[in-house]
Amino acid sequence: MPVSILKQGAYLIASIQSALTDGEVLQLQDDLVEQVGKFRSRGVILDVSGLDVIDSFGSRALHTIAVTTKLRGADAVIVGIRPDVAFAIVQLGLLLEGVHTALDLEEGLAFLNRRVEETDAQ
Amino acid sequence: MSREGRVAIAADVDLVSARQRGRELAAELGFSRTDATLIATAISELARNILAYAGNGEIELIRAHENGRDGVVIVAVDSGPGIADVEAAMQEGFSTAGGLGMGLPGARRLMDEFQVSSQEGKGTRVTMKKWKSVGR
Repeated sequence: MPVSILKQGAYLIASIQSALTDGEVLQLQDDLVEQVGKFRSRGVILDVSGLDVIDSFGSRALHTIAVTTKLRGADAVIVGIRPDVAFAIVQLGLLLEGVHTALDLEEGLAFLNRRVEETDAQ
Repeated sequence: MSREGRVAIAADVDLVSARQRGRELAAELGFSRTDATLIATAISELARNILAYAGNGEIELIRAHENGRDGVVIVAVDSGPGIADVEAAMQEGFSTAGGLGMGLPGARRLMDEFQVSSQEGKGTRVTMKKWKSVGR
């Protein structure tokens, strides 16, 4: 499958390398939710810069991943949405509400670090 | 070689090839990268509808030239159950396959022209067009 999931400290970093079939997207959803528990991850970064199309199914999958990993105790952040893909998502009428996003991997890591600090301080 | 032609849709992997072909044809015609992505996304929605409602069908990709403009025409055809109420199917959130109901209305917003003809028990034909902006 053209997705690699790396464990980096308390985070999981999933990078999508190229276009995915719907079956592969569903597999990724399952794998991420399972691995959050296996590695006791606090955060998940999903790098979608390899996706040249995110349609209604893809948007729904991103939303599902964000919500299910949250229910498992990990914050998720989607990074690397391409500019042209962002236009397509808006025109489709899908706003990815409730999904955290960041420009790239670096910003995604900074976001998760802030979240973890906030949570631990509470 | 032109990327015009037909792509059979019978499995989820075919969605990936159909939108890839659409992107390549759009690039060949000089569409911007953003427009090529909008076209590929619209193709993905229609191909997804074919899979969900008819099981199989095809996407046809055609070059068009009209009133001095270049464009692309995408035709999605299936011999599935057809749409009983096309007007309802064009409404946001209307779905009989458990989806988001974004397929047809979403694809329409991505393209310039959009037409659905369907006959119950015979199948559905969706034709959509996008024209290249002049001077772009």
